[in-house]
Amino acid sequence: MLQSPAVPAHSASSLPALTHLERLEAESIHILREVVAEAERPVMLYSVGKDSAVMLHLARKAFYPAPPPFPLLHVDTTWKFQAMYALRDRAAQAAGMDLIVHQNPDALAKGINPFDHGGLHTDLWKTEGLKQALDQYGFDAAFGGARRDEEKSRAKERVFSFRTASHRWDPKNQRPELWRVYNARKNKGESIRVFPLSNWTELDIWQYILAEQIEIVPLYFAAPRPTVERDGMLLMVDDARFRLRPGEAPVERSVRFRTLGCYPLTGAVESEAATLEQVIQEMLLTTTSERQGRAIDHDQAASMEKKKQEGYF
Amino acid sequence: MTSYRPDALIASDISSYLRQHQNKSLLRFITCGSVDDGKSTLIGRLLYDSKMIFEDQLASLEADSRRLGTQGQEIDFALLVDGLAAEREQGITIDVAYRFFATEKRKFIVADTPGHEQYTRNMVTGASTADLAVILIDARKGVLTQTRRHSYLCHLLGIRHIVLAVNKMDLIGYDQQAYANIVADYAAFAQSIGIAAFTPIPISGFKGDNIAARSGAMPWFDGPALLDHLESVEVEVEAARTQPFRMPVQWVNRPDLDFRGFAGLIASGSVRPGDAVRILPSGRTTHVARLVALGGDREAAGAGESVTLTLVDEIDCSRGDVIAAADAPPQAADQFKATLVWMDGEDLLPGRAYWLKLATQTVSAVVRVPEHVVDINTLAKTSAKTLSLNDIGVTEIATDRPLVFAPYADSQDLGGFILIDKATNATVAAGMLSFALRRAQNVHWQATEITREAHAAQKGQQPRLLWFTGLSGSGKSTIANLVEKKLHALGKHSFLLDGDNVRHGLNRDLGFTDADRIENIRRVGEVAKLMTDAGLIVLTAFISPFRAERDLARSMVPNGEFFEIFIDTPLEQAESRDVKGLYKKARAGEIAHFTGISSPYEPPLNPEIRIDTTRCTPEEAAERIVEEIMGIWSPVL
Repeated sequence: MLQSPAVPAHSASSLPALTHLERLEAESIHILREVVAEAERPVMLYSVGKDSAVMLHLARKAFYPAPPPFPLLHVDTTWKFQAMYALRDRAAQAAGMDLIVHQNPDALAKGINPFDHGGLHTDLWKTEGLKQALDQYGFDAAFGGARRDEEKSRAKERVFSFRTASHRWDPKNQRPELWRVYNARKNKGESIRVFPLSNWTELDIWQYILAEQIEIVPLYFAAPRPTVERDGMLLMVDDARFRLRPGEAPVERSVRFRTLGCYPLTGAVESEAATLEQVIQEMLLTTTSERQGRAIDHDQAASMEKKKQEGYF
Repeated sequence: MTSYRPDALIASDISSYLRQHQNKSLLRFITCGSVDDGKSTLIGRLLYDSKMIFEDQLASLEADSRRLGTQGQEIDFALLVDGLAAEREQGITIDVAYRFFATEKRKFIVADTPGHEQYTRNMVTGASTADLAVILIDARKGVLTQTRRHSYLCHLLGIRHIVLAVNKMDLIGYDQQAYANIVADYAAFAQSIGIAAFTPIPISGFKGDNIAARSGAMPWFDGPALLDHLESVEVEVEAARTQPFRMPVQWVNRPDLDFRGFAGLIASGSVRPGDAVRILPSGRTTHVARLVALGGDREAAGAGESVTLTLVDEIDCSRGDVIAAADAPPQAADQFKATLVWMDGEDLLPGRAYWLKLATQTVSAVVRVPEHVVDINTLAKTSAKTLSLNDIGVTEIATDRPLVFAPYADSQDLGGFILIDKATNATVAAGMLSFALRRAQNVHWQATEITREAHAAQKGQQPRLLWFTGLSGSGKSTIANLVEKKLHALGKHSFLLDGDNVRHGLNRDLGFTDADRIENIRRVGEVAKLMTDAGLIVLTAFISPFRAERDLARSMVPNGEFFEIFIDTPLEQAESRDVKGLYKKARAGEIAHFTGISSPYEPPLNPEIRIDTTRCTPEEAAERIVEEIMGIWSPVL
């Protein structure tokens, strides 16, 4: 047997110390692989936002040189920004992954839209749509890009979060998660939501996008865009379906988006930040937290927790 | 009040700023204490002082402070970190929550766990990933029972860096002597449980003293401010990099026939192409060929990194195996001494099989009756027959195949495990391996010349284990006796194990509690297994009410040899027969734990044979069983 006597394999490492981004990356990849090793039919929920972009990039790294061994699922509302649809299709192809687009047929038939239906819009398209898609394809584990720093109730959610057969979350009955040993065993009918980005913060996400040069939707960068000001939010007129109220006329403003969702529900911020570094700079100098641009959180203080119990991702 | 004061460099030179901040390290720590100790306030203060609170959060915090706060007109930082709606109403945190903040040098992840006794499981969970623990003490109260409890748990989970944060110094007038007394008290206790060193810091979370910077109010204190200390301690992953190389294989990457990569997170040490490695448990050796990564192969990688490596030789290696430095491999064993923290509402059932997951290995494991449990308030050791929610006990564990492991003190990755209930899939315990038992290392199965096949062939039969199960009075023993007579008449070699020949001898020491019933069945299973090894057709007639134990017996013999025979008699009918008068006594409360009356019977879900005794006589039943056994009898080798 060959042995090199000079240098034992466990000599003190001369490796550079691990940075926080390297450790976060290693943890996320570990989580992704653990699910693939233990689940029967995993899927990655892909919302086309910056967190999804990072999650997809991590999946490509985790399984390289193989493509990630699961499909992407986009629960579509038909009301996303056009630029999101464009990147979605390109990103799936670049990763060599199947893309499943699910649009809730009930919502489609009823013509549910953010202008007429308020909270019902999110409920039917996203919450119900997600349940339908998971049931239809029989996925037993779904990766999501949620982070614990986004919102108070998320801070307590596990990395492996179990849902009952009716997709409900019970915050009082979560499995303890120790070390990096994850229990992925589920009972009949149960499914798992897995959050590989649990321990990332918004700044980590941006720094990683910069370091790894990950492509994100151009809407994150400032550009002149047609907008109207409504109820204290700047909304972008992304297509002809946008209903202008009497007296409203689109005004071209230099804006960018801090989060992306359905365009009539997503507020823009006025900005000149046209590069990644400038966006990070603005983020660091800003004085309001990230989710403020999303209408969904303003309903009530504990709104997210309630939505999650009902099955919202 | 200024809430957010960004670094001047952000505005003047964002590129330099980002370069600097790209290379921060990451420290995970846990805060231990109760709401009364000002724990949430301290975390809120750390977020606030490290500029992690935005104006909109501050505005809602100010509004909440006036409405719900406990600090009068001042800001109640605790409200920043109390998460779920139900908890907010109760004014306590009840689970593990993770918070994030960063300074110029480090990013921090804080596990925030409650200090109440019933939530030991949460604290253990939070401590399992922590590099450091901040133990909070209320300066007015000094070292309390809960201080000892928290310290014990942190030490148990192997946290090497302990900070004793003596909080609320402002409320005792920054009294140096009072602080010194508390530190001396704690030092005596810490030493008694084996904590080698700790760092005491007098603070006020509410006022901000000695948090971000040294406080002018305590000029007598010459140690570091809390944040300075948090920024300077060594993180565990760096220490692990100087250990021998170990990587539990998580997933085998096989996109096509030309590539076979082994993916995993490196638990310790470092690795380079060319390194000699040994695959455990097989012991085969080879060398690392490549470290494959998107964007180009890597030259080296170390503990804490997720990698994909390829090997020079095509040798067997799959999920659960450990790739290790060839000259310093870890051990493998199947019996261990371990400490368990019980985390489930259902008690431990000694003798029952659980799933044990350690790193990427999942095996079936049986836990013995605990040697003792530790009272975490007094640290006294007391004897116990089981473990209940939040109990900590020392016990022995036997696994159905060898585990590649390291003592927990040497490696959290190869020494820390969870137990999973096979029926509910709940995570029921966290465990830490202490060492392998010597009998496991030294006793090897004798590879006897006379194999079980040879035993069976001599008798001209295939070994069988006919497991009769059913209620008391269902007719198990009657039918089993008839079956054995018929087998004997056919010239088959058999043996019947039943209550009469087992309870009076081998299992004389066992009663009828759930735990004793399980041990009873386990022993019967072991004896039956040895008899099948001897080539016999074994019949067992026991109520054996629990599915898990019957499954355990099934798992002991080779596939196809086990026949679960369900003698299905309705309770009313068994009770009306009441041959031995036992039901009458049980109904009168004279017999505790009587199956069907005061203890459950779990009917087989998928028995090989089911006998409905309301539709046939015992003779007919025996006839049918023999036919079925003979019918699928495979030819003798």
